[in-house]
Amino acid sequence: MSILVTLAVRFMSLSLLAVGGVVTVVPEIHRLAVDVHQWVTDARFTQLFVIAQAAPGPNMLLVTLVGWHAAGLPGALVATAAMCAPSCTLSYFVARAWDRFRGARWRRAVEAGLAPITVGLVLATGWLVARGAQDSGWAASGITAVVAGLVVFTRVHPLWLFAAAGTLGLLGVV
Amino acid sequence: MTPPPAGAVRPPTVAELYRGFFHAGARGFGGVLPWARRMLVDERRWLTAAEFTDLFSLCNFLPGPNTINMTIIVGARFQGPRGSLAALAGILTLPVVAVLALALLHDRFGQLPGIDAFLRGLGAAAGGLVLATGLRMAVPLGRTPRVLAFLLVTFAAIALRRWPLVPVLLALAPASVLVAWLRRA
Repeated sequence: MSILVTLAVRFMSLSLLAVGGVVTVVPEIHRLAVDVHQWVTDARFTQLFVIAQAAPGPNMLLVTLVGWHAAGLPGALVATAAMCAPSCTLSYFVARAWDRFRGARWRRAVEAGLAPITVGLVLATGWLVARGAQDSGWAASGITAVVAGLVVFTRVHPLWLFAAAGTLGLLGVV
Repeated sequence: MTPPPAGAVRPPTVAELYRGFFHAGARGFGGVLPWARRMLVDERRWLTAAEFTDLFSLCNFLPGPNTINMTIIVGARFQGPRGSLAALAGILTLPVVAVLALALLHDRFGQLPGIDAFLRGLGAAAGGLVLATGLRMAVPLGRTPRVLAFLLVTFAAIALRRWPLVPVLLALAPASVLVAWLRRA
């Protein structure tokens, strides 16, 4: 199977599994890109995640970068389109029906049932991204923990924390 | 979808949809959503605040990239399929070019001393930010046994055991929805 077909099939199926957004399928993208197909290393994956976050735009850009690593510019475009197409088609048709089911019991059960799974997947993403930066030991874990704590308990803007963490990296702390 | 309320500004054209979402995408550092809201509700007044909140809960429910789904729904509402495609193209154009340019720069200059170390620092912080986001999302769910059990099992299966997503979701999602359904009976 050519790489482009693999990319298309993999990301089209991920598109419909991303309950709660792309951040929930980052662990699966990690598994496919690092473990199964070996398009990128563990450390490179975390770098790509950071680059995707640093660029403006939707957080699905990680998919664009993984596609680019696997198969160059065609890979980037195929992966991006594949990640969008199925969920966009579904959105187009579901949006018309959604309002009719406001307050319906099944709709509330679906929302309540998916919520903890979504949160579990988001936490798994944070775990894997942090792990990719941990080669150098406890200092990086400390940064992860301090950033998580500050974001949960204060209103400090994340960009300041990123600047500080990058500087600590430059200084050779991590 | 309901039509725009009387008194709203006239519906945007296909070209205006492209331009509006192009700007939201271009400004969206750290996520497009806040910028999309600003553009849709505050600046161009294509949606009211309440309409935006409804749209947001729908986009959270739908699978796939949330803000991408939002472009599809807003575009469709005003201009049908052509509106959807215009809004989608608008929000993706600049970010895709920008992220590829960043990756190329990193390929070219990534060997310079300091770049890798800088990105390692950022990566550790990014992991912390995502963990914090998850913790904040967990708070309003409450600490019922159902919520905690499904949250922790999902985390352990994906992050610690590194199991594939498909079987994990196929096993956990229907079970969690079923328990939520029975609890509310």
